[in-house]
Amino acid sequence: MSDTFQLDGATIPFEIGQTVMQAALAAGHYIPHLCYHPEFKPHGSCKLCTVKVNGRTAASCTMPAEAGLNVESEIEELNALRRTLVQMLFAEGNHFCPSCEKSGNCVLQALGYDLEVHATGFRHLYPDRPLDASHPDILLDFNRCILCELCVRASGEVDGKNVFALSGRGISKHLIVNAESGLLKDTNIALGDKAMQVCPVGVILKKRVGFSTPIGKRRYDQRPISAQALDDAPRQAAAAGSCESCEGTP
Amino acid sequence: MAADDLCLLEQIVARHGNDASKLLQILREVQECFGFIAPAAVNSLAESLAIPRARIESVASFYSFLHLTPHGEYRVLFSDNITDRMLGSQDLMAQMCQQLWLQPGKVSEDGLVSIGTTSCTGMCDQGPALLVNGRAITRLTHQRVMEIGQLIRNRTPLADWPADFFRIENNVRRSDLVLGSTLLPGVVLQIALALGGQHVVDSIKTSGLRGRGGAGFPTGLKWEGCRNAPGSEHYVVCNADEGEPGTFKDRVLLNLQPDLVFEGMTLCALAVGAKKGFLYLRGEYRYLLEPLQAVLQRRRDDNLLGKSILGFPGFDFDIEIHLGAGAYICGEESALIESLEGKRGVPRNRPPFPVTHGYLQQPTAVDNVETFCQAVLALHIDAEKYRAIGTEKSSGTKLISVSGDCPRPGIYEYPFGVTVREVLQDCGAVNTRAVQISGPAGVCLGESEFGRKLGFEDLPTAGAFMVFDDSRDMFEVARNFVHFFAHESCGFCTPCRVGTSILKQTMDKIAAGHGTRYDLNEVENLDRVLQTTSHCGLGRSACNPVLHTLKHFRPAYENKLKSLDFEPAFDLDGALARARQMTGRDDAGAHLKAEGI
Amino acid sequence: MSKKLRIATTSLAGCFGCHMSILDIDERLFALLELVEFDRSPITDIKHCAPCDIGIIEGGICNAENVHVLHEFRKNCKILIAIGACAINGGLPAQRNHLDLSSCLTEVYLTEPGLAHGHIPNDPELPLPLDKVHPLHEVVKIDYFIPGCPPSADAIWKFLTDLIAGKTPELGHGLIKYD
Repeated sequence: MSDTFQLDGATIPFEIGQTVMQAALAAGHYIPHLCYHPEFKPHGSCKLCTVKVNGRTAASCTMPAEAGLNVESEIEELNALRRTLVQMLFAEGNHFCPSCEKSGNCVLQALGYDLEVHATGFRHLYPDRPLDASHPDILLDFNRCILCELCVRASGEVDGKNVFALSGRGISKHLIVNAESGLLKDTNIALGDKAMQVCPVGVILKKRVGFSTPIGKRRYDQRPISAQALDDAPRQAAAAGSCESCEGTP
Repeated sequence: MAADDLCLLEQIVARHGNDASKLLQILREVQECFGFIAPAAVNSLAESLAIPRARIESVASFYSFLHLTPHGEYRVLFSDNITDRMLGSQDLMAQMCQQLWLQPGKVSEDGLVSIGTTSCTGMCDQGPALLVNGRAITRLTHQRVMEIGQLIRNRTPLADWPADFFRIENNVRRSDLVLGSTLLPGVVLQIALALGGQHVVDSIKTSGLRGRGGAGFPTGLKWEGCRNAPGSEHYVVCNADEGEPGTFKDRVLLNLQPDLVFEGMTLCALAVGAKKGFLYLRGEYRYLLEPLQAVLQRRRDDNLLGKSILGFPGFDFDIEIHLGAGAYICGEESALIESLEGKRGVPRNRPPFPVTHGYLQQPTAVDNVETFCQAVLALHIDAEKYRAIGTEKSSGTKLISVSGDCPRPGIYEYPFGVTVREVLQDCGAVNTRAVQISGPAGVCLGESEFGRKLGFEDLPTAGAFMVFDDSRDMFEVARNFVHFFAHESCGFCTPCRVGTSILKQTMDKIAAGHGTRYDLNEVENLDRVLQTTSHCGLGRSACNPVLHTLKHFRPAYENKLKSLDFEPAFDLDGALARARQMTGRDDAGAHLKAEGI
Repeated sequence: MSKKLRIATTSLAGCFGCHMSILDIDERLFALLELVEFDRSPITDIKHCAPCDIGIIEGGICNAENVHVLHEFRKNCKILIAIGACAINGGLPAQRNHLDLSSCLTEVYLTEPGLAHGHIPNDPELPLPLDKVHPLHEVVKIDYFIPGCPPSADAIWKFLTDLIAGKTPELGHGLIKYD
């Protein structure tokens, strides 16, 4: 037997142990998100999924669902916050969409589109983040990393390899690989790894396949992310299990 | 890595039972032993602890006092709190850099020394202060800094430096219940053991004791919650990661009343059913480690710790000391627990709370050093009597760490309810412009508010009380605090990681004379985002210093602003300097005038 | 009919791609010209800006001349619009930002193989490069941004007609693009 809570006026059923985000997606209601992925333990770092729960803000991906909660998500006040968070991520890294292979399939970009973000607004930090092209089949472009830790989680939890980790603190936090040389070629990553599929932006790229989908046919050229994210979410029946599909991968 | 070094490394790992959850402690000892954590050491640790090397790098790089690259035989860190600055720390650091031919943050070419800054070291009443290889030196003067420079240049081992350099004063100015206590170890524990754990919980609830770390959660409720939470083990944790700039009362308590702290932890163990406790000691207080371990050993010898404490069969409890390594965020209880588990000190998602899912996901009571001391005395003098001290919602006494512009900085213990003005009078402060209560995350009070009272009803505080007289520029105070938050942000969530950095840029822009009203609007916008979406209190309060000083001392900002709507954050003409130098041009076209638009 | 709005446009550190996209508005330009007239712009070849209602700037700020032109626009235009990726985040030129300017100039003019007697150009006619490339909003206040590399003619059309109609411009799915 399941309880319910309210989300923007709709009644959302949930199972004990589900978070607000999981229940909402399973019931066909979209809440913007970036670091959340249905196959991994919620993490709660990007804060894009911030909602108001009984008047107080909370990250919906980590907020346990409870009976009778009044959750607000699709309101201008929250979308304004989300817009600023997207802008912060764009200002933090070096995001030059025109030269990025992930453009059109990028979750950060798609969120920017959906939230009608026209510009970064902030002063760009332009960090110096050299790329790692050492691996014969895989390119790492750290310029675009948004520190969502999806690759860290995928490589640790699914692949059992721990190829990726985060190093440093605060604004100097950055992605590293598990090798003394610091180079991807010296890790045991493989093309078939889960970690290869989860990057929402253009950091982890398979070489020699870039720009294969023409503009107009890429994932978010077709429908906005708000319409597509639900396709990825496990539906009611599969709520507790895993899901095959993966965001950000065409 | 040389065979001898490997042997040392193995000894360290073996001492910690090859346990990866002790990673931070292991890394601290490796750092202390070798001066940095070399790649070969990382490889060796990865192998003996059976964890990925990236995880070791990930943890080591989180803590300011751990280094993955050589940082000099002598690593000097000047405490960079505003109170140190007010006592001239910046000049002293410049002096030392000049003496040793060194740039701040760089290691000398011969690998001898590095000089940098660190967040408040908790010596504000005897600053300016610095740490050299983790050891605190206080009361710095030009003379003392020069002598330190000489000792470094002569490669004198730290052990041979004058003992007076390392002398740390208690500076107790006013004692009450806690600092005046002459209780003998074990007296309260003996009584409590006879009455039982439930009685301890009930008494603490009756006493009205609230957490002294600043948040003021009712201690009895916390202990009861932990006692009732199901779990295979229960844990007691004492939070001695006193990182809030301007606070140093826990240092004094650990120095003067360590038995009260440990007795309080043991009472808590009895109350919650714990067999194991941790004292998480901030790395800056490294010098307290041996004395505290001696106290623990004495208590074990006296059967106040260990098996069947005071002859009560089944009541086993012992305490381990964990050292931090330079990360303010570890004062947040869930980050502290992560750090105890040998991880990066990133605050957890809550709920669940530590009281049900704490250390190793087991029920854990985390309390401040002072809270444990107060708990002992509340039981000792009787819960009802304790409740009568202080104010209605804030029972008992509070230790205040007074620093800044006053002739008598130090520790003052008052019953709750004391006014800011009374404290100012007692410490002899004159011409006071502002008081910062409870550190950068707290509140900044102007003169009109000096009648307000310290206590949970009005001004909750962990104890910092920084005094600023009318010679101080409150904008610079706020800017120092903003730098502190940006430096200490753990970087987990977007708003705090990026927001504190942008805020720092904005304050630096205003300080450089490029500020406009547009920038002040941006601060307000940032505040909205940080307050509502940050993962923990650090991000949520990061804009406080600016908003509070703006409220009381707006002219300190306005006289720095250009009267324009917009100004770039950088000097346009300065941005051409490189090109002028490369081309040798200096004609009119090679310059840009600042144009206000 | 009310007075026509005056529009000025220019390209700074850009590739004129955004201007090509403006031309791509095609026959709708006639409709636009019913509402506006162009001041300084590559379309008119007017060299300096007179007071205008709207300024549209493509490209980021990479040298001293860019700064002068941007200031001229900001002084003369009531509303200033940054158009395209370079104007908004520096774009391709800003990818030199993590490099030191001196080493760039040294490599390009002095040490590159095949350069005999190279020297760094120092003719006063040439604008000096800034040490970093900046998006427009880091140098002056910008009122609106039309993202894209370049934005499509439809996006520009929608944006300008919204603006001229006094609405807050909105692009929406399909028109908002960062590439």
